Amino acid sequence: MNRKKFFRTATPYFFILPWVIGFLVFTIGPLIFSLIMSFFDWPLTADPKFIGLGNYIEMFTEDDQFRKSLVISLKYAAIFVPLNMIIALFLAMLITQPVRGVKVYRTIFYIPAVISGVAVSIIWGWILNSDYGILNYLLSLLGIEGPRWLVDPAWALMAVILASAFGVGTMMLIFYTDIKNISIDIYEAASLDGASVSKQFFSITLPMITPTILFNLITSIISSFQQVTLVMLLTGGGPLNSTYFYGLYTYNNAFKHHKMGYASANAWVMFIIILLLTALVFRSSSAWVFYETEAKNSGAKKKRKGGKEA
Amino acid sequence: MNLSKKSKVFIYILLTAAAIYFLAPFAYMFFSTFKSEAEAIAYPPKFFPSQWHPENFIKAWTSQPFGTYLWNSILVTVLTTAGQVISCSLVAYGFARYEFKGKNILFMILLSTMMIPWDVTMIPQYMEFNLFGWINTLKPLIVPAWFGSAYYIFLMRQFLMGVPKDFEEAARIDGANAFQIYWKIFMPILKPSLILVGVLNMITVWNDYLGPLIFLQDRSKYTLALGLASFKGVHSTQIVPMLCITVVMIIPPIIIFIIAQKYIVEGTSGSIK
Repeated sequence: MNRKKFFRTATPYFFILPWVIGFLVFTIGPLIFSLIMSFFDWPLTADPKFIGLGNYIEMFTEDDQFRKSLVISLKYAAIFVPLNMIIALFLAMLITQPVRGVKVYRTIFYIPAVISGVAVSIIWGWILNSDYGILNYLLSLLGIEGPRWLVDPAWALMAVILASAFGVGTMMLIFYTDIKNISIDIYEAASLDGASVSKQFFSITLPMITPTILFNLITSIISSFQQVTLVMLLTGGGPLNSTYFYGLYTYNNAFKHHKMGYASANAWVMFIIILLLTALVFRSSSAWVFYETEAKNSGAKKKRKGGKEA
Repeated sequence: MNLSKKSKVFIYILLTAAAIYFLAPFAYMFFSTFKSEAEAIAYPPKFFPSQWHPENFIKAWTSQPFGTYLWNSILVTVLTTAGQVISCSLVAYGFARYEFKGKNILFMILLSTMMIPWDVTMIPQYMEFNLFGWINTLKPLIVPAWFGSAYYIFLMRQFLMGVPKDFEEAARIDGANAFQIYWKIFMPILKPSLILVGVLNMITVWNDYLGPLIFLQDRSKYTLALGLASFKGVHSTQIVPMLCITVVMIIPPIIIFIIAQKYIVEGTSGSIK
């Protein structure tokens, strides 16, 4: 009888056991280990030496590249995140229009999002080539002299942004499914009231999808800080370190210069920055994110209150 | 909602312009794989090849052990997908269909692991796998997948939460044990979610570059993504062979996406709220 009871209580834990083991061995274990490593001078080939906050002090006081890479990544996020969201939302609006064949367009817009960053970097490296690239050729047909994208330090970051935006489909799809879920009745009521298309967009669509905007904002801030494959292969961090992203800086410290302790400290600083930015976005969200259930609840409350008074 | 003819035309113009932006690079690449090297880097560039060279593909493919890279990619993709589908469905089932002590806090922890940047865990994981003697094997790429992944567990759990509460009652009365209920009743219901997770994982793993770059050293262990990237280093002066391999590499995920896009679109819609 006792055994039976034990099994009944233990059953759910058996089901979640794979994740618990994976969490301990592949996530929290490494996370703690990484924090410990960040207090050590830890070359791959020699014995580690405890240096306390040494790595962090070095980063903030001696290492110029730390600050530069941080600024580059912040700049990238500041341009790429809003740009990507606007394009994604624009495309999502296009493919939710009631015209025939939009599903085909939906598929086309999403395709670049399913190919490898390696392939994206090869395709764009070739298109943006300043000697024979087709983009500058097309610009020259319009009478514009294209910049030397990957060679000019002033333009390399733009080139990376351009190539990243090719994968806008993932975010577009998230907006798309959300816009699709908005009840058509609301729009019909609005257009009966004579609301114009742009009025409908700004006072119905946009407020209704603010939770999704919040979700996309947070996930894309996180992912833009971790961007590394594309820069590694498209520019290699150059020219003149103008695209030496923070992720690449951390990677090189660890796996090129074998400064495992220092790189761990780099990674923790990034982790903390991501957490702070996320917290900041969340805090601001109560001012601009509109939750449907919330509105319903407060509406219901008001009614109840009104009932009492009557 | 009905649109006027004028605005319909306007929408089609915008849709088509965007479609050209997304498709033109692929079309241009596809046609360029058949060009001679001189023509591929000629200026002004030409869209179509003046002479077709299908042998470009064979030359590119045989210039490095791409067959081996392909096999490694297939091995990693298939084995991680099997692992994710099995482990995530078990864990999601536990979280969705049972009440137990610590459930909410454990689920919160699971969700928060999605925010951890790869750099933070990648370095200690490298040390860990080095200790296990797994560096330069495919194990670091495959084994973790058998212990679930937070995002996929979350997607499946959301799906299972939508199944009515009394669903397993009848089976329990019939004397089926917990595992039988999971396997015989819930696995078939979960099918759309299993396909979604399987496809997302296949595409991610097939495309992954950073994992193989860190954990693999010998060419005999390379995956296709890593092989293509290293090919870029060696052949940076020759564009055509690189484009040929790129075309080969992007075809499988595109086909899988087109076949399974219904599941991806539906899966995306339920996941956020």
